Amino acid sequence: MTRHDDRVDISRRAFIVNGALVVAFATMAPARLLAQKVDTLGTVILAPNLPGSLKSNPFLDAWIKIDDSGITVCTGKVELGTGVRTAMLQIAAEQLSVRPALITLVTADTARTPDEGYTAGSHSMADGGTALFNAAAQVRFLLLTAASSRLGVPVSRLTAKDGEIRADDGRKVTYAEAVKDIQLHRQADATSPAVDPKTFTLIGTSLPRVDIPGKVTGGAAYVQDMRLPGMLHARVVRPPLPGARLKQLDVTAVEKLPGVVRVVVDGDFIGVLADDEWRAIVAARALTRAAGWTAAPALPGYAGIHAALRTLPAKVYPTASRSTAPVSTKPAFTCTHTKQYVQHGSIGPSCAVAQLADGTMTVWTHTQGVYPLRGGLAEMLGVPLDKVHCIHVEGSGCYGHNGADDVAADAALLARAVPGQPVRVQWMRDQEQLWEPYGPAMATDLKATLDDAGNLRDWNFALWSTPHNERIVNAGRLAPATLLAKPFVSAPPVPIPNPEGDADRNAVPPYRIPNLDVTMNFVPEMPFRTSAMRSLGAHINVVSIETTVDELARSVGQDPVDFRIRHLDDPRAVEVIRTAAREFGWPYRGTDDRKAAGFAFSRYKNIMGYFAIAVEVAYDPDTNAVRLLRAVAAIDCGQIVNPDGARNQIEGGILQSTSWTLYEAVDFDEIQVHSNDWSGYPIMRFSQVPDEVSVHIVDRPGLPFLGAAEIAQGPTAAAVTIALSRVMGSPLRDLPLMRHAPFGRT
Amino acid sequence: MKRRTVLLAASGVLCAVAFAIMWRPSLRETTGTPIPADAATIARGARVVAQGDCIVCHTAREGTSYAGGYGLKTPFGTIYSTNITPDAATGIGRWSVDAFRRALRHGVSRDGHFLYPAFPYVHYTRMADADIDDAYAFLMSRRPVDAPPRKNELPLLFRLRPSLAFWNLLFLKSGAVPAGRGVVERGRYLAEGAGHCASCHTPLDFIGGEEHGKPYDGATVDGWDAPPLNRLDSATRPWTQGQLVDYLSTGVASEHGAAAGPMRPVVDNLSKLPRADVEAIASYVLSLQKPRGVRNDTPVNPSMPAGYAEGASLFAGGCAGCHEPSAPMMAMEGRPSLDMATSIHADTPRNAIQTIVNGIGLPDEPGVSVYMPSFDDALSNRDIANLLVYLRVRFGKKEPWRATNKIIEEVGKDGSAPP
Amino acid sequence: MIELRVNGVLHQVEAGPETPLLYVLRNDLRMNGAKFGCGMGQCGACTVIVQGKPVFSCVTPLSSIGAREVVTIEGLGTLAHPSPLQASFIAHQAAQCGYCISGMIMRAQALLAANPHPDEATIREHMEPNLCRCGTHMRILAAIRVVAAGEHA
Ligand code: FES
Ligand code: FES
Repeated sequence: MTRHDDRVDISRRAFIVNGALVVAFATMAPARLLAQKVDTLGTVILAPNLPGSLKSNPFLDAWIKIDDSGITVCTGKVELGTGVRTAMLQIAAEQLSVRPALITLVTADTARTPDEGYTAGSHSMADGGTALFNAAAQVRFLLLTAASSRLGVPVSRLTAKDGEIRADDGRKVTYAEAVKDIQLHRQADATSPAVDPKTFTLIGTSLPRVDIPGKVTGGAAYVQDMRLPGMLHARVVRPPLPGARLKQLDVTAVEKLPGVVRVVVDGDFIGVLADDEWRAIVAARALTRAAGWTAAPALPGYAGIHAALRTLPAKVYPTASRSTAPVSTKPAFTCTHTKQYVQHGSIGPSCAVAQLADGTMTVWTHTQGVYPLRGGLAEMLGVPLDKVHCIHVEGSGCYGHNGADDVAADAALLARAVPGQPVRVQWMRDQEQLWEPYGPAMATDLKATLDDAGNLRDWNFALWSTPHNERIVNAGRLAPATLLAKPFVSAPPVPIPNPEGDADRNAVPPYRIPNLDVTMNFVPEMPFRTSAMRSLGAHINVVSIETTVDELARSVGQDPVDFRIRHLDDPRAVEVIRTAAREFGWPYRGTDDRKAAGFAFSRYKNIMGYFAIAVEVAYDPDTNAVRLLRAVAAIDCGQIVNPDGARNQIEGGILQSTSWTLYEAVDFDEIQVHSNDWSGYPIMRFSQVPDEVSVHIVDRPGLPFLGAAEIAQGPTAAAVTIALSRVMGSPLRDLPLMRHAPFGRT
Repeated sequence: MKRRTVLLAASGVLCAVAFAIMWRPSLRETTGTPIPADAATIARGARVVAQGDCIVCHTAREGTSYAGGYGLKTPFGTIYSTNITPDAATGIGRWSVDAFRRALRHGVSRDGHFLYPAFPYVHYTRMADADIDDAYAFLMSRRPVDAPPRKNELPLLFRLRPSLAFWNLLFLKSGAVPAGRGVVERGRYLAEGAGHCASCHTPLDFIGGEEHGKPYDGATVDGWDAPPLNRLDSATRPWTQGQLVDYLSTGVASEHGAAAGPMRPVVDNLSKLPRADVEAIASYVLSLQKPRGVRNDTPVNPSMPAGYAEGASLFAGGCAGCHEPSAPMMAMEGRPSLDMATSIHADTPRNAIQTIVNGIGLPDEPGVSVYMPSFDDALSNRDIANLLVYLRVRFGKKEPWRATNKIIEEVGKDGSAPP
Repeated sequence: MIELRVNGVLHQVEAGPETPLLYVLRNDLRMNGAKFGCGMGQCGACTVIVQGKPVFSCVTPLSSIGAREVVTIEGLGTLAHPSPLQASFIAHQAAQCGYCISGMIMRAQALLAANPHPDEATIREHMEPNLCRCGTHMRILAAIRVVAAGEHA
């Protein structure tokens, strides 16, 4: 790990720890957002001046409970395979001055934890982590104050450690005793007691993930592994394509199959419950054969999708605009980029367990947001909110809005048919790949000019996309609810506003450009439901921006890395770029014309983690084979809680983004989607894995947490595109690269 | 005395004749720095090299393209292909175009030694000079790779290369055949020449030559049946031009199934050819059809044969997820139903067994593809036999194959199964 | 009733002979390691070892197991005493969501049992059937490599 804290102004540190999180977020939050009092993850802002998620859950005891049985820490964030559980534990343990083992961590449960909306958008650390960081510090301080009056010594003579507060004369008070003198049900303060990051013993260390030992030894780790007493297994049968309607279905034969308990048919919603999982699958296969469907509306087809995007009705959002210099007279550089639909493609198909008992529907789910899901389910079931209880249990990695919520709705609908009995539903592979909301297809147009000195002068960027945020704001956003005989209708799509952005996430270049115009064309209606997938529009936007910057730099004979640095004012941006370049050995001096390098940079959402990457790719003209050989990245995500955890995330992001960029596209024609399994939707396999991936961390002790999970997606895609374009000798502008000329693998 | 002279003279003549038959001069070495050809020539050459499937045999598993080292299993032993990159020391970098032509036309290496007929010069000899020269230009434009030849694994007898001269007397008819006009004629030129289809689809005699009088009658290659190409229209579902073109250019024919085994790399390669070339080959192949014989599609006795019930159960647990009509692959993808699969209707179960045992591998680069897992480690030989009974009866509507056990054992033990 | 030997224990299983081994392991024997990923032999999440060979349990009917010994990840080691490969996966933190990891470990285990010191190319080729969506490949390879090199994690 490279530590680069010399640039951090030491005098600001205490202030930063105390209050900069507040300042940072308050200044970043757009007026439009605050006026709504709802943040981008769907939570209501109650206390706008508090740090992180304390804004929406200001009471300390919502986060931390201490009693004789120990310390319980609650977070509304969930483990999605990103190591969040471990990181939260580190933060809470650090600030409470206890060993992590002394803490019971409870993650998202509508009966027990704060409502932090969704675990998404690389927000977990920035929001949830920051809230815990401050809440724990404040609780610890309150405990110290209580102990101080009990023992009659000033706080400065007390040390808190592992659940005990000791005075320098040896007397002690336990946390459980001290807590009796204070009221934790109190609103948090805007500032927390100062802690010097140099004294951290947990934050900044690579505490091994708490969930991994169980996962590698066959422990029950996932909702898929739940087995409740008397649990039934269910499968659903879906239309071959959204929009197809059930014409006929005779269920009598299926009802007689061994083990079948119930066949549920409600409009176009079909499910079968059985006493055994395999029997449920066999019955579902029989139902599939028995069901007849009308044709679904025609699709635009793989080749026609981008033309369709540009012609469908769109709402135009001006993302950014400025004009501070005369327009350049130089010839403009123009380009158009496209991206196809992509799938989240969880390895484990979505799953949920539900049980209707004593009038309450309990749903165990791997959703990203237990509270929004509860709202959707309650509306779908026609019951008050308090009659639905959603508990998060881990699932397979989701990378955004996948089938988790939908299968929870399936489970609830089927459990309603057999009150009392728990019901486990898991989707089949084709259902996962046909019914998850896709990452949208997009198109971008870019026009840029340099001035006489070779500096960026004018920048015109327009993009077309369907929504990236069809999260559960009503029952109509749950796919099964739209299939019922009395169908629910999805709420109209609304893009996530800037600076977070939706399709226009990272559409504004981070570079100094005098004249700039960025426009989002937001297309609400398309054949496929689309929603959030890691990095949203940033994937293609960063590709568009960075490939253009690369070409413009080269057009004036400049090194693309130097060119970027010349156009940046933010020293943190410059430092990650320099770090990545140095560690990679940039400028690249390869002599093999079948290999080339590419470099790219972006700051996620322009407000979160910084990420720079250099890659080397190889192309074999005889076999048309392309391989990423080496990737060297540098990140600055503020104060790093768990360096190895961050590195793990970034490595994964680099490989996943490479897979998206080179290979991935939903394959469809006018009548059918063909990507319903891994042969129709190929992703990276071991033979395509690079030789080397290294991640260098520029740590910023004392600066706000910025999150790492999605920051690699855009720049990695851009660097791979640039490198491959260099090997091929001509720019590649259509994603996925390997599905288009000159490779043309379809 | 006189008799001795005669004998001497006779043996002298014999030696001279033998020498003339068995000796080939070494041809002049070039400098080893190929003269660069123009892009158009190289592009034409790339097409010829694709027609010739050169990359398939001249690339080792995980090896560099054209650098050789691929082991061809023949009944006589394993022969390793050579490096045909323009590397001066280990490849063909010092070969003149004349040496290259001689190799393709006469099966003789630049230094004068005979090449093994595993290299299909008996077909390449039919190529036009222009095509050979273009292929040469293309190969010479490749990147030189230092890859010394691997030693062949052959018994002593077969290591005597000069004796190949006599083999050539029997099987080699050197010389180009004119390409002719018309699609079928063009197809003949491609299939008989560069494409060398007969190398696999014609039965070989005991010394490895294509049996006279039986062109395209089908053969066994690498443990797979290379089906007869002259009975395609007497298949249960006769092949059409469109189906054959689909099969050759994409590896899948919707009414017959997917290319597998040794045919898989061939179609991978053919997919790089202009469609017109594939259409020509298909037209020619369809012109080879023999008159339809009497079909022996005896309907199966309704009483279930032994093994059927066990096979049905294996199918339900292991195969139905992909091969039942309710499976997404079938219901939505229109993948060929097993009742259309060529391997189920074939006279022998060999290809069905191969497919079950080895599956259909993943493509080298991710791309939409047909894939099937190998069931080698999951199913016992007995399971496979039972499964075959079920497949043949249910989908083929035919009597179960006989002698399946023997072929299952052969396939299992010939090492073609993945590790 | 069908007899099935898993991790050295003989079980009497009530499932039908056609039931894929995956469901027998998960539901009849209540094991968590083998995962449902695709049910078609495309992803390897369900990989277990049958008589030394890695198989996709999702497409392996119960009747085909016969007397052969099945080993699942539960049979390699425990939380307290992980096997060398499990320990190496922990040491390398070779998991993100971890859903693919049991299958990865079982496939790698089969390789190492047959060939204790495979080289990098052999490892990669052997692991080809198993998919990971989180992109944990570098760590998975590193974890296997260390055990293959005979080092202890
Ligand atoms: S679940 Fe068995 S291979 Fe995917
Ligand atoms: S760790 Fe999530 S799929 Fe591999």
